Amino acid sequence: MESLKQTKSETGQTESFLDILKANIGQYFMFIALVVIMIFFTITTDGVFISSRNISNLINQMGYIAVLAVGMTLIIVIRHIDLSVGYLAGFLGAFSAIAMTFWGWPVYAVIPAVMIMGILAGMLTATPVAKLGVPAFVSTMAAGLIFRGALLLVTMGTGTIIINDQVFVAIGNDYIPDINLEGFLPGRHKLTLIIGLIGIIFSIFSAIRSRRTKKSYNFQVPSFGLFVAQLVLISALIGYVAWILSGYNGISWSLVILLLVVGVFQFITTKTPLGRHIYAVGGNPEAAELSGISVSKITYIVFGAMGFLSSLSGIMYASRLHSATTTAGLGFETDAIAAAFVGGVSAAGGVGTITGSIIGALVMMSLQSGMNLMGIDISVQYIVRGAVLVLAVVFDRITRRNQ
Amino acid sequence: METPILEMKSITKEFPGVKALDNVTFSVRRGEIHCLVGENGAGKSTLMKVLSGVHPYGTYSGEIFIEGELQKFNGIRDSERAGIAIIYQELALIPELSVYENIFLGNEVTNGVVIDSNESISQAVDILKKVGLDVNPLTKIKNLGVGKQQLIEIAKALKKKVKILILDEPTAALNETDSDNLLRLIRGLKEQGVTCILISHKLREVLEIADTITVLRDGKTVTTLDVHKDKVNEPILIKHMVGRSIENVFPKREKVKVGKELLRLENWSAYSYALGRDILKNVNISVHAGEIVGIAGLMGSGRTELAKSIFGNPDHYRLSGKVFINGVEQKFRSPHDAIKSSMAYVTEDRKGNGLILIEDVKQNISLANLKEITVGGVINENEEILVANKYCSELNIKTPTVQQKVRNLSGGNQQKVSLGKWLFVKPGIMILDEPTRGIDVGAKYEIYTIMNSLVEQGMSIIMISSELPEILGMSDRIYVMSAGKIKGEMPVEDASQESIMALAVDY
Repeated sequence: MESLKQTKSETGQTESFLDILKANIGQYFMFIALVVIMIFFTITTDGVFISSRNISNLINQMGYIAVLAVGMTLIIVIRHIDLSVGYLAGFLGAFSAIAMTFWGWPVYAVIPAVMIMGILAGMLTATPVAKLGVPAFVSTMAAGLIFRGALLLVTMGTGTIIINDQVFVAIGNDYIPDINLEGFLPGRHKLTLIIGLIGIIFSIFSAIRSRRTKKSYNFQVPSFGLFVAQLVLISALIGYVAWILSGYNGISWSLVILLLVVGVFQFITTKTPLGRHIYAVGGNPEAAELSGISVSKITYIVFGAMGFLSSLSGIMYASRLHSATTTAGLGFETDAIAAAFVGGVSAAGGVGTITGSIIGALVMMSLQSGMNLMGIDISVQYIVRGAVLVLAVVFDRITRRNQ
Repeated sequence: METPILEMKSITKEFPGVKALDNVTFSVRRGEIHCLVGENGAGKSTLMKVLSGVHPYGTYSGEIFIEGELQKFNGIRDSERAGIAIIYQELALIPELSVYENIFLGNEVTNGVVIDSNESISQAVDILKKVGLDVNPLTKIKNLGVGKQQLIEIAKALKKKVKILILDEPTAALNETDSDNLLRLIRGLKEQGVTCILISHKLREVLEIADTITVLRDGKTVTTLDVHKDKVNEPILIKHMVGRSIENVFPKREKVKVGKELLRLENWSAYSYALGRDILKNVNISVHAGEIVGIAGLMGSGRTELAKSIFGNPDHYRLSGKVFINGVEQKFRSPHDAIKSSMAYVTEDRKGNGLILIEDVKQNISLANLKEITVGGVINENEEILVANKYCSELNIKTPTVQQKVRNLSGGNQQKVSLGKWLFVKPGIMILDEPTRGIDVGAKYEIYTIMNSLVEQGMSIIMISSELPEILGMSDRIYVMSAGKIKGEMPVEDASQESIMALAVDY
């Protein structure tokens, strides 16, 4: 108590822990819910859930949905929806398989080509929305039907196409290589631990730097005790995840892709004018337009990004299955939308974060994985996931109203 | 003396921060046409909303008597049951439904369960005859003109056995022939014993049709005139409408020498595809550095449309004519282009299209000029806070921190955030659309002071306002608009509330 008072009188500008908690209750709540769900499944499965192997699998399974959820977040933020992404991912996965297997394209040409196709497909889908005000629901549903037809068309002659390219298959199945340190920590993936350590150092370093800059501006900063507590918590989290992953095969390429996507999109949305413009268009399109922001340009960019992420998702999924199938992508859009809503995105527009949606995806994937381990029937699984989705949204609604 | 059909006694209605109606008394005799006139914001619409139950019993103080009986309306349904029907300026018809379906909407004629179309149609034909409208009841509403739609609204009201019919600016959107038709119909209804309350800005038609005229001003009843006994004419009405003196609510400004011309419009016209008509006709205006140019006019006279059409035309009107900024002709394709040419537009409807309410003060202030605080593609959020803090202190924005969401601020502070946002763009020409609407006197004074210091620094300000004292107290030069045209231009020294109002009501 004494020390708390002291810091206050010294700087005159401190935020109390309660203020921070109150301001961010929605985000913290989903994070807490995720932890509770994980603890619950760890107990009910005698620790199998939290085992290195299961967590590693969970992340790899989640990858191709999570990248879609990132794009879907922005789509919903600008008050639209994209129902075409599942089949677009399926089609682009199949296209990759055909290009490599039948046409003999090198993998390094296929991947960029497919990404460009994704961007173009997204922007094409957006055209009626951006130019004529056609509801995205209709435009993207139509696009989804077209992509589904295209997928069936290209796989018609062959059915499932097996992919043999080792580099391509590695994307969804392999892990980053390890370094050999004789006798040091046997059975652990050392590079993963080193990366975790680097992550911890980096986050501490950037937090300190940001605090210094803020102080140089004479701005309000959290009290020193709180600051340290935050750093300890973040470090512990990164360290723990790295430790768990190192117990199996380490960091997978799927996780690398996911982290890159989250990093880039988090940066764009929170730090750049483009990000501001996206949230402004979502918050009030008319005001945004009158502030010199082109709403139709933002619509193209966001749908283009969604198309790009759909191509990534398609590549990751085809790679994971070693093949392109006629049903690839089925229902991906529903999972991505659910992840975004569980993560706190508002359909009214302008609200929702990339990290929130990733937490949402983790919640949904943990439920699936945990219930699978418990041997719960798929019918019940659907009911539970539906209930969690509606609960999350109801909670979000109530906390928002109380603010 | 017989009991009036309607008596509203000592009605007071407050909104947060504003007294919209202050002890208003309003009495209507059976079978008369009673006109309600007053400036924008005088309280006419609020009074009618109290009467029709939109503002339910308990949210206002005072009493309403209909045929001598005290009424406590909890909603529109209650007032309808008492025989009151109100027809708003924005018509409440469903465009995709047919004429007869609209007439019976909410009161469908059924034989038990199923709608009896034949019976409805035959009843509709009778009702349409009453309003002198010869249309097929199966026509869809969207295929009829505004004038006929208005008559159908009235038909809909008549079907409900209305005793008191309230019309809120029924002729505002009508051409002359349709207006004449409507007025003739209202006279016809009077002969059938329907009492009419008519809100209108068009004084000529008021004088033509009214038995009694009540003038409201600033939420108070100024006078009630009997057209058949008292001496009533347009100048008298205008005097009553604007009759307050301009007190010391406007800060003094040193008149600076007017600088060079910053904005000029030549034969500027606009056609709205959405409305299907011309909204601006051959507007010629000129604005110089260091002056405040007031644009007066009534609602719907085309002032906001003028502002938007200059400011990059976001509503995509079809434009003709020329805009010159700093003597160079410009063709703006979007607000973005206009901002680049050093224009700013503080909108009339700050909640609707001015601010992003769910975002905080600093994000709103920086939105139109993010590039100023962006280094290497990244927004410097610390600089952003500094900028926001600067405008908060300069404009005296009362907010705990700049991280406060804008929706939690009062109207006056929101308006100042809006102003701050556009000042950060560092414009040469600023259009202020109703800069003080819905904010209290203190905040108004602050905004006026800011405007004065801006023009002293050489900015030019175009101020659109419905408040005549504001126009007279702040402008150097005044343009008066009516029906999309500039009806007159005058230096403030030659202007009076009466002369402006006379031009504004000249259709």
